[in-house]
Amino acid sequence: MIAHSIFFYTFSFIAVISAIMVTASKNTVHSVFFLILDFISISCLFIMIGAEFLGMIMLIVYVGAVAVLFLFVVMMLNVAQQKNQWFASQESSKHIPVGLIIGTLIFFEIIIVIGGWKYKPDIFDINNSISQTSLSNTHSLGQILYTDYIHVFQISGMILLVAMVGAIVLTFRQRVGVKRQSYIKQISRERAEGVEVLEVKSNRGVKIDD
Amino acid sequence: MEYVSIIFQEVYKILFLLVPLLVSVALIVWLDRRVWAFVQKRQGPNVVGPFGLLQSLADALKYIFKEIIIPSSSNKVIFILAPIVTMTLALVAWAVIPFSATQVLADINVGILYLFAVSSLGVYGIIMGGWASNSKYPFLGAIRSAAQMVSYEVSIGVIIINVLLCVGSLNLNDIVIAQQNLWFIIPLFPMFVIFFISALAETNRPPFDLPEAEAELVAGYQTEYSGMMYAMFWLGEYANILLMCAMGAILFLGGWLSPIEVYPLTHIPGALWLILKILFLFILFALVKAIVPRYRYDQLMRLGWKVFLPLSLTWVVLTASYLFYFNLLPVHQ
Repeated sequence: MIAHSIFFYTFSFIAVISAIMVTASKNTVHSVFFLILDFISISCLFIMIGAEFLGMIMLIVYVGAVAVLFLFVVMMLNVAQQKNQWFASQESSKHIPVGLIIGTLIFFEIIIVIGGWKYKPDIFDINNSISQTSLSNTHSLGQILYTDYIHVFQISGMILLVAMVGAIVLTFRQRVGVKRQSYIKQISRERAEGVEVLEVKSNRGVKIDD
Repeated sequence: MEYVSIIFQEVYKILFLLVPLLVSVALIVWLDRRVWAFVQKRQGPNVVGPFGLLQSLADALKYIFKEIIIPSSSNKVIFILAPIVTMTLALVAWAVIPFSATQVLADINVGILYLFAVSSLGVYGIIMGGWASNSKYPFLGAIRSAAQMVSYEVSIGVIIINVLLCVGSLNLNDIVIAQQNLWFIIPLFPMFVIFFISALAETNRPPFDLPEAEAELVAGYQTEYSGMMYAMFWLGEYANILLMCAMGAILFLGGWLSPIEVYPLTHIPGALWLILKILFLFILFALVKAIVPRYRYDQLMRLGWKVFLPLSLTWVVLTASYLFYFNLLPVHQ
Protein backbone atom coordinates (compact mmCIF):
# COMPACT_ATOMS: atom_id res chain seq x y z
CA MET A 1 0.00 0.00 0.00
CA ILE A 2 2.95 2.35 0.67
CA ALA A 3 4.17 2.07 -2.90
CA HIS A 4 0.63 2.70 -4.09
CA SER A 5 0.29 5.94 -2.17
CA ILE A 6 3.78 7.07 -3.20
CA PHE A 7 2.79 6.66 -6.86
CA PHE A 8 -0.58 8.29 -6.28
CA TYR A 9 0.90 11.38 -4.66
CA THR A 10 3.67 11.65 -7.27
CA PHE A 11 1.23 11.56 -10.18
CA SER A 12 -1.32 13.88 -8.58
CA PHE A 13 1.45 16.33 -7.60
CA ILE A 14 2.72 16.37 -11.20
CA ALA A 15 -0.86 16.76 -12.48
CA VAL A 16 -1.63 19.76 -10.25
CA ILE A 17 1.72 21.47 -10.82
CA SER A 18 1.55 21.07 -14.58
CA ALA A 19 -2.07 22.27 -14.63
CA ILE A 20 -0.91 25.44 -12.88
CA MET A 21 2.04 25.77 -15.25
CA VAL A 22 -0.30 25.58 -18.28
CA THR A 23 -1.66 28.99 -17.33
CA ALA A 24 1.46 30.37 -15.65
CA SER A 25 4.12 29.75 -18.30
CA LYS A 26 4.76 32.66 -20.66
CA ASN A 27 5.61 30.61 -23.71
CA THR A 28 2.47 29.19 -25.35
CA VAL A 29 4.26 26.11 -26.65
CA HIS A 30 5.50 25.34 -23.15
CA SER A 31 1.88 25.60 -21.97
CA VAL A 32 0.86 22.93 -24.45
CA PHE A 33 3.70 20.68 -23.29
CA PHE A 34 2.57 21.11 -19.69
CA LEU A 35 -0.97 20.27 -20.81
CA ILE A 36 0.37 17.06 -22.33
CA LEU A 37 2.20 16.24 -19.10
CA ASP A 38 -1.07 16.85 -17.26
CA PHE A 39 -2.96 14.47 -19.56
CA ILE A 40 -0.31 11.79 -19.10
CA SER A 41 -0.31 11.98 -15.31
CA ILE A 42 -4.13 11.95 -15.23
CA SER A 43 -4.14 8.81 -17.36
CA CYS A 44 -1.62 7.28 -14.92
CA LEU A 45 -4.08 8.06 -12.13
CA PHE A 46 -6.86 6.38 -14.13
CA ILE A 47 -4.72 3.28 -14.50
CA MET A 48 -3.99 3.29 -10.77
CA ILE A 49 -7.67 3.09 -9.82
CA GLY A 50 -8.05 0.15 -12.19
CA ALA A 51 -9.67 2.02 -15.09
CA GLU A 52 -7.00 0.89 -17.54
CA PHE A 53 -9.23 1.25 -20.61
CA LEU A 54 -10.07 4.87 -19.81
CA GLY A 55 -6.43 5.63 -19.10
CA MET A 56 -5.27 4.26 -22.44
CA ILE A 57 -8.08 5.95 -24.38
CA MET A 58 -7.12 9.20 -22.64
CA LEU A 59 -3.55 8.73 -23.88
CA ILE A 60 -4.59 7.83 -27.43
CA VAL A 61 -7.28 10.48 -27.94
CA TYR A 62 -6.03 13.45 -25.94
CA VAL A 63 -2.26 13.08 -26.01
CA GLY A 64 -1.93 11.24 -29.31
CA ALA A 65 -4.37 13.28 -31.38
CA VAL A 66 -5.90 16.38 -29.75
CA ALA A 67 -2.74 17.75 -28.16
CA VAL A 68 -0.80 17.18 -31.39
CA LEU A 69 -3.28 19.43 -33.18
CA PHE A 70 -3.02 22.01 -30.37
CA LEU A 71 0.73 22.00 -30.74
CA PHE A 72 0.39 22.17 -34.49
CA VAL A 73 -1.69 25.37 -34.28
CA VAL A 74 0.28 27.01 -31.48
CA MET A 75 3.60 26.45 -33.22
CA MET A 76 2.33 28.19 -36.35
CA LEU A 77 1.67 31.40 -34.40
CA ASN A 78 4.60 33.69 -33.97
CA VAL A 79 4.64 33.55 -30.19
CA ALA A 80 7.50 35.93 -29.45
CA GLN A 81 6.10 38.68 -31.63
CA GLN A 82 2.60 38.27 -30.31
CA LYS A 83 3.74 38.43 -26.71
CA ASN A 84 5.25 41.85 -27.21
CA GLN A 85 2.23 43.23 -29.07
CA TRP A 86 -0.31 41.85 -26.69
CA PHE A 87 1.11 42.23 -23.21
CA ALA A 88 2.90 45.52 -23.71
CA SER A 89 -0.10 47.40 -25.07
CA GLN A 90 -2.75 49.16 -23.02
CA GLU A 91 -5.44 47.41 -25.01
CA SER A 92 -5.08 44.17 -23.11
CA SER A 93 -6.46 45.75 -19.93
CA LYS A 94 -9.77 46.31 -21.74
CA HIS A 95 -10.34 42.57 -21.82
CA ILE A 96 -9.83 42.03 -18.10
CA PRO A 97 -13.48 42.68 -17.02
CA VAL A 98 -14.85 40.27 -19.63
CA GLY A 99 -12.41 37.60 -18.51
CA LEU A 100 -13.31 38.19 -14.87
CA ILE A 101 -17.05 37.82 -15.56
CA ILE A 102 -16.57 34.57 -17.47
CA GLY A 103 -14.16 33.28 -14.83
CA THR A 104 -16.54 33.90 -11.92
CA LEU A 105 -19.41 32.35 -13.88
CA ILE A 106 -17.45 29.16 -14.47
CA PHE A 107 -16.29 29.14 -10.86
CA PHE A 108 -19.88 29.27 -9.54
CA GLU A 109 -20.97 26.63 -12.03
CA ILE A 110 -18.27 24.30 -10.73
CA ILE A 111 -19.35 24.98 -7.13
CA ILE A 112 -22.98 24.18 -8.00
CA VAL A 113 -21.93 20.95 -9.75
CA ILE A 114 -19.73 19.81 -6.87
CA GLY A 115 -22.38 20.77 -4.30
CA GLY A 116 -25.02 18.69 -6.06
CA TRP A 117 -22.67 15.72 -6.55
CA LYS A 118 -23.93 12.31 -5.56
CA TYR A 119 -23.43 8.79 -6.79
CA LYS A 120 -26.35 7.29 -8.61
CA PRO A 121 -27.39 4.14 -6.80
CA ASP A 122 -27.63 1.98 -9.95
CA ILE A 123 -24.12 2.95 -11.01
CA PHE A 124 -22.99 1.78 -7.60
CA ASP A 125 -24.67 -1.58 -8.21
CA ILE A 126 -22.87 -1.91 -11.51
CA ASN A 127 -19.59 -1.28 -9.72
CA ASN A 128 -20.36 -4.07 -7.28
CA SER A 129 -21.32 -6.47 -10.04
CA ILE A 130 -18.02 -5.77 -11.77
CA SER A 131 -16.04 -6.80 -8.74
CA GLN A 132 -18.21 -9.91 -8.31
CA THR A 133 -18.07 -11.29 -11.83
CA SER A 134 -14.45 -10.19 -12.37
CA LEU A 135 -15.28 -8.92 -15.83
CA SER A 136 -12.49 -6.93 -17.41
CA ASN A 137 -12.75 -3.18 -17.53
CA THR A 138 -13.37 -3.03 -21.27
CA HIS A 139 -16.13 -5.65 -21.18
CA SER A 140 -18.07 -3.98 -18.38
CA LEU A 141 -17.80 -0.55 -20.03
CA GLY A 142 -19.10 -2.01 -23.29
CA GLN A 143 -21.96 -3.76 -21.55
CA ILE A 144 -23.19 -0.49 -20.05
CA LEU A 145 -22.47 1.71 -23.04
CA TYR A 146 -24.11 -0.46 -25.68
CA THR A 147 -27.18 -1.53 -23.70
CA ASP A 148 -28.56 0.96 -21.15
CA TYR A 149 -26.98 4.09 -22.56
CA ILE A 150 -26.97 3.28 -26.27
CA HIS A 151 -29.14 6.29 -27.20
CA VAL A 152 -27.03 8.77 -25.26
CA PHE A 153 -23.95 7.20 -26.80
CA GLN A 154 -25.31 7.47 -30.34
CA ILE A 155 -26.51 11.05 -29.79
CA SER A 156 -23.08 12.13 -28.56
CA GLY A 157 -21.56 10.54 -31.65
CA MET A 158 -24.02 12.45 -33.86
CA ILE A 159 -23.15 15.73 -32.09
CA LEU A 160 -19.46 15.14 -32.78
CA LEU A 161 -20.23 14.39 -36.43
CA VAL A 162 -22.29 17.57 -36.76
CA ALA A 163 -19.50 19.59 -35.17
CA MET A 164 -17.01 18.09 -37.59
CA VAL A 165 -19.15 18.78 -40.65
CA GLY A 166 -19.80 22.31 -39.38
CA ALA A 167 -16.11 23.03 -38.92
CA ILE A 168 -15.34 21.82 -42.43
CA VAL A 169 -18.19 23.84 -43.96
CA LEU A 170 -17.09 27.00 -42.15
CA THR A 171 -13.45 26.79 -43.18
CA PHE A 172 -13.89 25.37 -46.67
CA ARG A 173 -13.31 27.77 -49.52
CA GLN A 174 -13.08 27.00 -53.17
CA ARG A 175 -9.95 28.58 -54.57
CA VAL A 176 -9.82 29.48 -58.21
CA GLY A 177 -6.80 29.32 -60.42
CA VAL A 178 -5.13 26.47 -58.54
CA LYS A 179 -3.53 23.79 -60.69
CA ARG A 180 -4.54 20.37 -59.51
CA GLN A 181 -3.24 16.99 -60.58
CA SER A 182 -5.94 14.42 -61.21
CA TYR A 183 -4.83 10.81 -60.96
CA ILE A 184 -7.52 9.53 -63.25
CA LYS A 185 -6.59 12.03 -65.96
CA GLN A 186 -2.91 11.22 -65.61
CA ILE A 187 -3.38 7.47 -65.76
CA SER A 188 -6.01 7.41 -68.51
CA ARG A 189 -3.90 9.46 -70.93
CA GLU A 190 -3.34 7.59 -74.17
CA ARG A 191 -0.54 7.84 -76.66
CA ALA A 192 -2.89 9.16 -79.31
CA GLU A 193 -3.74 12.35 -77.39
CA GLY A 194 -0.26 12.93 -76.03
CA VAL A 195 1.97 12.39 -79.04
CA GLU A 196 1.54 13.98 -82.43
CA VAL A 197 3.81 13.29 -85.36
CA LEU A 198 4.32 16.30 -87.60
CA GLU A 199 5.96 16.79 -90.93
CA VAL A 200 8.44 19.63 -90.32
CA LYS A 201 9.50 21.63 -93.30
CA SER A 202 13.04 22.89 -93.26
CA ASN A 203 13.59 26.51 -92.17
CA ARG A 204 9.93 26.81 -91.15
CA GLY A 205 9.61 25.00 -87.84
CA VAL A 206 6.27 24.11 -86.26
CA LYS A 207 4.12 25.83 -83.75
CA ILE A 208 3.24 23.60 -80.85
CA ASP A 209 1.52 24.22 -77.52
CA ASP A 210 -0.83 27.04 -78.47
CA MET B 1 13.42 -5.53 2.20
CA GLU B 2 10.73 -7.28 0.24
CA TYR B 3 10.31 -4.22 -1.97
CA VAL B 4 14.03 -4.09 -2.69
CA SER B 5 14.12 -7.68 -3.90
CA ILE B 6 11.03 -7.13 -6.08
CA ILE B 7 12.60 -4.03 -7.60
CA PHE B 8 15.86 -5.91 -8.27
CA GLN B 9 13.97 -8.71 -9.95
CA GLU B 10 12.08 -6.30 -12.18
CA VAL B 11 15.22 -4.37 -13.09
CA TYR B 12 16.91 -7.65 -13.99
CA LYS B 13 13.97 -8.59 -16.23
CA ILE B 14 13.93 -5.17 -17.90
CA LEU B 15 17.67 -5.34 -18.61
CA PHE B 16 17.22 -8.83 -20.00
CA LEU B 17 14.81 -7.35 -22.54
CA LEU B 18 16.49 -4.01 -23.24
CA VAL B 19 20.09 -5.10 -23.81
CA PRO B 20 19.27 -7.65 -26.54
CA LEU B 21 16.86 -5.10 -28.03
CA LEU B 22 19.52 -2.40 -28.31
CA VAL B 23 22.02 -4.88 -29.78
CA SER B 24 19.44 -6.03 -32.31
CA VAL B 25 18.68 -2.41 -33.24
CA ALA B 26 22.36 -2.00 -34.09
CA LEU B 27 22.30 -5.21 -36.14
CA ILE B 28 19.09 -4.24 -37.88
CA VAL B 29 20.65 -0.98 -39.08
CA TRP B 30 23.39 -3.10 -40.65
CA LEU B 31 20.81 -5.47 -42.18
CA ASP B 32 18.84 -2.55 -43.59
CA ARG B 33 21.92 -1.16 -45.33
CA ARG B 34 22.93 -4.59 -46.62
CA VAL B 35 19.50 -5.37 -48.10
CA TRP B 36 19.36 -1.91 -49.62
CA ALA B 37 22.78 -2.45 -51.15
CA PHE B 38 21.98 -5.91 -52.53
CA VAL B 39 18.87 -4.63 -54.30
CA GLN B 40 21.05 -2.01 -55.98
CA LYS B 41 23.82 -4.54 -56.81
CA ARG B 42 26.25 -3.05 -54.32
CA GLN B 43 28.09 -4.69 -51.43
CA GLY B 44 27.01 -2.42 -48.57
CA PRO B 45 28.98 -2.23 -45.32
CA ASN B 46 31.18 -5.34 -45.35
CA VAL B 47 34.53 -4.21 -43.92
CA VAL B 48 34.19 -3.87 -40.13
CA GLY B 49 34.00 -7.32 -38.54
CA PRO B 50 32.68 -10.50 -40.21
CA PHE B 51 30.30 -9.51 -43.06
CA GLY B 52 30.52 -5.95 -41.71
CA LEU B 53 28.45 -6.91 -38.67
CA LEU B 54 30.27 -4.49 -36.41
CA GLN B 55 29.64 -1.51 -38.70
CA SER B 56 26.92 -0.07 -36.45
CA LEU B 57 29.20 -0.37 -33.44
CA ALA B 58 31.87 1.60 -35.27
CA ASP B 59 29.28 4.22 -36.24
CA ALA B 60 28.09 4.48 -32.65
CA LEU B 61 31.67 4.96 -31.44
CA LYS B 62 32.12 7.72 -33.97
CA TYR B 63 28.93 9.45 -32.82
CA ILE B 64 29.97 9.27 -29.17
CA PHE B 65 33.19 11.14 -29.85
CA LYS B 66 31.54 13.84 -31.95
CA GLU B 67 30.76 17.18 -30.36
CA ILE B 68 27.13 17.89 -29.48
CA ILE B 69 26.25 21.28 -30.92
CA ILE B 70 23.25 23.10 -29.49
CA PRO B 71 22.19 26.06 -31.68
CA SER B 72 22.30 29.32 -29.72
CA SER B 73 18.81 30.38 -30.86
CA SER B 74 17.22 27.04 -30.02
CA ASN B 75 14.93 26.29 -27.11
CA LYS B 76 17.54 24.33 -25.19
CA VAL B 77 15.44 22.24 -22.80
CA ILE B 78 13.06 21.00 -25.48
CA PHE B 79 15.93 20.59 -27.94
CA ILE B 80 17.69 18.17 -25.59
CA LEU B 81 14.43 16.51 -24.51
CA ALA B 82 13.35 15.59 -28.07
CA PRO B 83 15.79 12.72 -28.82
CA ILE B 84 15.32 11.43 -25.27
CA VAL B 85 11.55 11.29 -25.77
CA THR B 86 11.91 9.49 -29.11
CA MET B 87 14.29 6.90 -27.69
CA THR B 88 12.35 6.31 -24.45
CA LEU B 89 9.00 5.88 -26.18
CA ALA B 90 10.48 3.45 -28.68
CA LEU B 91 11.89 1.29 -25.87
CA VAL B 92 9.00 1.59 -23.39
CA ALA B 93 6.54 -0.02 -25.80
CA TRP B 94 8.44 -3.33 -25.73
CA ALA B 95 7.21 -3.97 -22.19
CA VAL B 96 4.00 -5.60 -23.43
CA ILE B 97 5.34 -7.64 -26.37
CA PRO B 98 4.83 -11.35 -25.55
CA PHE B 99 7.77 -13.60 -26.54
CA SER B 100 5.91 -16.74 -25.44
CA ALA B 101 2.87 -17.56 -23.31
CA THR B 102 4.80 -16.70 -20.15
CA GLN B 103 7.73 -14.58 -21.33
CA VAL B 104 6.22 -11.12 -21.21
CA LEU B 105 7.31 -8.22 -19.02
CA ALA B 106 3.83 -6.81 -18.38
CA ASP B 107 0.88 -9.02 -19.33
CA ILE B 108 -1.72 -6.25 -19.11
CA ASN B 109 -5.39 -6.42 -20.11
CA VAL B 110 -5.21 -3.55 -22.59
CA GLY B 111 -1.89 -4.49 -24.19
CA ILE B 112 -2.79 -3.56 -27.74
CA LEU B 113 -4.19 -0.19 -26.64
CA TYR B 114 -0.93 0.45 -24.78
CA LEU B 115 1.08 -0.31 -27.91
CA PHE B 116 -1.15 1.94 -29.98
CA ALA B 117 -0.94 4.75 -27.41
CA VAL B 118 2.84 4.63 -27.17
CA SER B 119 3.29 4.53 -30.93
CA SER B 120 0.96 7.51 -31.28
CA LEU B 121 3.08 9.44 -28.77
CA GLY B 122 6.11 8.91 -31.01
CA VAL B 123 5.23 12.02 -33.01
CA TYR B 124 6.18 14.25 -30.06
CA GLY B 125 9.89 13.57 -30.34
CA ILE B 126 9.82 14.79 -33.94
CA ILE B 127 7.64 17.85 -33.32
CA MET B 128 9.69 18.89 -30.29
CA GLY B 129 12.96 18.48 -32.17
CA GLY B 130 11.67 20.38 -35.18
CA TRP B 131 10.23 23.27 -33.24
CA ALA B 132 13.04 23.64 -30.71
CA SER B 133 15.70 23.85 -33.46
CA ASN B 134 14.24 27.26 -34.38
CA SER B 135 15.14 26.79 -38.02
CA LYS B 136 13.08 26.55 -41.19
CA TYR B 137 13.83 23.06 -42.51
CA PRO B 138 13.41 21.22 -39.20
CA PHE B 139 10.16 23.06 -38.61
CA LEU B 140 8.78 22.12 -42.02
CA GLY B 141 9.79 18.53 -41.35
CA ALA B 142 8.06 18.57 -37.98
CA ILE B 143 4.82 19.94 -39.41
CA ARG B 144 4.83 17.37 -42.19
CA SER B 145 5.38 14.53 -39.76
CA ALA B 146 2.67 15.73 -37.37
CA ALA B 147 0.07 15.67 -40.14
CA GLN B 148 1.37 12.40 -41.58
CA MET B 149 1.54 10.41 -38.37
CA VAL B 150 -1.84 11.59 -37.11
CA SER B 151 -3.50 10.59 -40.40
CA TYR B 152 -2.02 7.12 -40.60
CA GLU B 153 -2.68 6.38 -36.94
CA VAL B 154 -6.39 6.55 -37.70
CA SER B 155 -6.25 3.71 -40.20
CA ILE B 156 -3.96 1.65 -37.94
CA GLY B 157 -6.52 2.06 -35.16
CA VAL B 158 -9.34 0.86 -37.40
CA ILE B 159 -7.26 -2.13 -38.52
CA ILE B 160 -6.63 -3.03 -34.88
CA ILE B 161 -10.41 -2.96 -34.34
CA ASN B 162 -10.71 -5.54 -37.15
CA VAL B 163 -8.38 -7.90 -35.35
CA LEU B 164 -10.03 -7.27 -31.99
CA LEU B 165 -13.43 -8.20 -33.41
CA CYS B 166 -12.02 -11.64 -34.22
CA VAL B 167 -10.31 -12.03 -30.85
CA GLY B 168 -12.65 -10.51 -28.30
CA SER B 169 -9.84 -9.37 -26.02
CA LEU B 170 -7.30 -6.56 -25.86
CA ASN B 171 -4.60 -8.75 -24.32
CA LEU B 172 -1.71 -9.46 -26.69
CA ASN B 173 -1.33 -13.07 -25.54
CA ASP B 174 -5.03 -13.67 -26.19
CA ILE B 175 -4.58 -12.22 -29.66
CA VAL B 176 -1.76 -14.68 -30.35
CA ILE B 177 -3.64 -17.67 -28.94
CA ALA B 178 -6.74 -16.81 -31.00
CA GLN B 179 -4.62 -17.44 -34.13
CA GLN B 180 -3.78 -21.01 -33.17
CA ASN B 181 -5.90 -22.47 -35.97
CA LEU B 182 -5.66 -19.74 -38.55
CA TRP B 183 -3.34 -16.75 -38.71
CA PHE B 184 -5.27 -13.53 -39.22
CA ILE B 185 -3.22 -12.74 -42.32
CA ILE B 186 -5.42 -15.20 -44.28
CA PRO B 187 -8.93 -13.89 -43.52
CA LEU B 188 -7.77 -10.28 -43.09
CA PHE B 189 -5.18 -10.11 -45.87
CA PRO B 190 -6.23 -6.68 -47.26
CA MET B 191 -5.97 -5.31 -43.73
CA PHE B 192 -2.45 -6.73 -43.44
CA VAL B 193 -1.41 -4.88 -46.59
CA ILE B 194 -2.92 -1.62 -45.35
CA PHE B 195 -1.32 -2.14 -41.93
CA PHE B 196 2.06 -2.67 -43.52
CA ILE B 197 1.84 0.48 -45.61
CA SER B 198 0.50 2.51 -42.68
CA ALA B 199 3.36 1.20 -40.56
CA LEU B 200 5.78 2.52 -43.19
CA ALA B 201 4.14 5.93 -42.93
CA GLU B 202 3.96 5.82 -39.14
CA THR B 203 7.69 5.17 -38.82
CA ASN B 204 8.65 7.72 -41.51
CA ARG B 205 10.20 5.06 -43.68
CA PRO B 206 10.59 5.46 -47.41
CA PRO B 207 8.43 5.92 -49.52
CA PHE B 208 6.82 8.11 -46.85
CA ASP B 209 9.98 9.70 -45.42
CA LEU B 210 8.78 13.24 -46.13
CA PRO B 211 9.63 14.57 -42.65
CA GLU B 212 13.30 13.95 -43.34
CA ALA B 213 13.36 14.10 -47.13
CA GLU B 214 17.02 14.89 -47.55
CA ALA B 215 16.67 16.36 -51.02
CA GLU B 216 14.15 19.02 -49.98
CA LEU B 217 14.54 19.47 -46.23
CA VAL B 218 18.18 18.49 -45.55
CA ALA B 219 17.10 15.64 -43.23
CA GLY B 220 14.16 17.59 -41.79
CA TYR B 221 13.84 17.61 -38.02
CA GLN B 222 17.34 16.13 -37.57
CA THR B 223 19.13 18.96 -39.37
CA GLU B 224 20.39 20.77 -36.27
CA TYR B 225 21.29 17.64 -34.32
CA SER B 226 24.77 16.24 -34.02
CA GLY B 227 26.77 13.60 -32.18
CA MET B 228 25.02 11.31 -29.73
CA MET B 229 21.72 13.22 -29.90
CA TYR B 230 21.46 12.50 -33.61
CA ALA B 231 22.34 8.86 -32.92
CA MET B 232 19.54 8.68 -30.35
CA PHE B 233 17.01 9.85 -32.93
CA TRP B 234 18.33 7.19 -35.21
CA LEU B 235 18.20 4.41 -32.61
CA GLY B 236 14.69 5.44 -31.60
CA GLU B 237 13.57 5.36 -35.22
CA TYR B 238 14.89 1.85 -35.79
CA ALA B 239 13.51 0.60 -32.46
CA ASN B 240 10.16 1.99 -33.60
CA ILE B 241 10.44 0.14 -36.91
CA LEU B 242 11.18 -3.10 -35.03
CA LEU B 243 8.18 -2.38 -32.81
CA MET B 244 5.89 -1.95 -35.80
CA CYS B 245 7.22 -5.23 -37.24
CA ALA B 246 6.52 -6.93 -33.90
CA MET B 247 3.03 -5.46 -33.89
CA GLY B 248 2.41 -6.80 -37.39
CA ALA B 249 3.77 -10.20 -36.40
CA ILE B 250 1.50 -10.38 -33.36
CA LEU B 251 -1.64 -9.07 -35.04
CA PHE B 252 -1.41 -10.98 -38.32
CA LEU B 253 1.36 -13.60 -38.30
CA GLY B 254 0.52 -15.45 -35.10
CA GLY B 255 3.15 -13.92 -32.80
CA TRP B 256 5.15 -16.65 -31.07
CA LEU B 257 3.17 -19.54 -32.58
CA SER B 258 4.96 -21.93 -34.90
CA PRO B 259 3.61 -22.02 -38.47
CA ILE B 260 2.56 -25.69 -38.35
CA GLU B 261 1.77 -27.57 -35.17
CA VAL B 262 4.00 -30.62 -35.79
CA TYR B 263 6.49 -32.22 -33.42
CA PRO B 264 9.93 -30.72 -34.04
CA LEU B 265 8.61 -27.25 -34.77
CA THR B 266 6.57 -26.93 -31.58
CA HIS B 267 9.68 -27.50 -29.47
CA ILE B 268 11.45 -24.47 -30.89
CA PRO B 269 10.99 -21.66 -28.33
CA GLY B 270 8.30 -19.12 -29.19
CA ALA B 271 10.70 -16.20 -28.92
CA LEU B 272 12.62 -17.55 -31.92
CA TRP B 273 9.46 -17.72 -34.06
CA LEU B 274 8.57 -14.15 -33.11
CA ILE B 275 12.08 -12.96 -33.97
CA LEU B 276 11.95 -14.75 -37.34
CA LYS B 277 8.59 -13.14 -38.14
CA ILE B 278 9.89 -9.71 -37.12
CA LEU B 279 12.92 -10.24 -39.35
CA PHE B 280 10.72 -11.26 -42.27
CA LEU B 281 8.64 -8.10 -41.94
CA PHE B 282 11.77 -5.99 -41.51
CA ILE B 283 13.32 -7.33 -44.70
CA LEU B 284 10.08 -6.36 -46.47
CA PHE B 285 10.49 -2.86 -44.99
CA ALA B 286 14.07 -2.70 -46.27
CA LEU B 287 13.06 -3.92 -49.74
CA VAL B 288 10.35 -1.27 -49.98
CA LYS B 289 12.93 1.36 -49.10
CA ALA B 290 15.12 0.23 -51.97
CA ILE B 291 12.37 -0.19 -54.55
CA VAL B 292 9.71 2.50 -54.19
CA PRO B 293 10.32 6.22 -54.93
CA ARG B 294 9.17 8.86 -52.45
CA TYR B 295 5.54 9.99 -52.50
CA ARG B 296 4.48 13.58 -53.03
CA TYR B 297 2.86 15.15 -49.98
CA ASP B 298 -0.65 15.39 -51.44
CA GLN B 299 -0.41 11.80 -52.65
CA LEU B 300 0.46 10.74 -49.11
CA MET B 301 -2.52 12.55 -47.60
CA ARG B 302 -4.86 11.26 -50.28
CA LEU B 303 -3.74 7.68 -49.68
CA GLY B 304 -4.26 7.98 -45.94
CA TRP B 305 -7.62 9.71 -45.80
CA LYS B 306 -9.34 8.87 -49.08
CA VAL B 307 -8.18 5.29 -49.67
CA PHE B 308 -7.09 3.58 -46.46
CA LEU B 309 -9.63 5.03 -44.05
CA PRO B 310 -12.77 4.19 -46.07
CA LEU B 311 -11.36 0.78 -47.00
CA SER B 312 -10.53 -0.24 -43.46
CA LEU B 313 -13.83 1.13 -42.12
CA THR B 314 -15.74 -0.88 -44.72
CA TRP B 315 -13.75 -3.94 -43.73
CA VAL B 316 -14.76 -3.42 -40.09
CA VAL B 317 -18.41 -3.49 -41.10
CA LEU B 318 -17.77 -6.59 -43.23
CA THR B 319 -15.92 -8.44 -40.47
CA ALA B 320 -18.52 -7.53 -37.86
CA SER B 321 -21.45 -8.59 -40.05
CA TYR B 322 -19.74 -11.83 -41.05
CA LEU B 323 -18.98 -12.74 -37.44
CA PHE B 324 -22.49 -11.77 -36.36
CA TYR B 325 -24.29 -13.58 -39.17
CA PHE B 326 -22.40 -16.87 -38.71
CA ASN B 327 -22.56 -16.54 -34.94
CA LEU B 328 -18.76 -16.58 -34.65
CA LEU B 329 -18.44 -13.63 -32.30
CA PRO B 330 -15.95 -14.54 -29.57
CA VAL B 331 -17.63 -14.65 -26.16
CA HIS B 332 -15.63 -14.44 -22.98
CA GLN B 333 -16.99 -15.63 -19.63
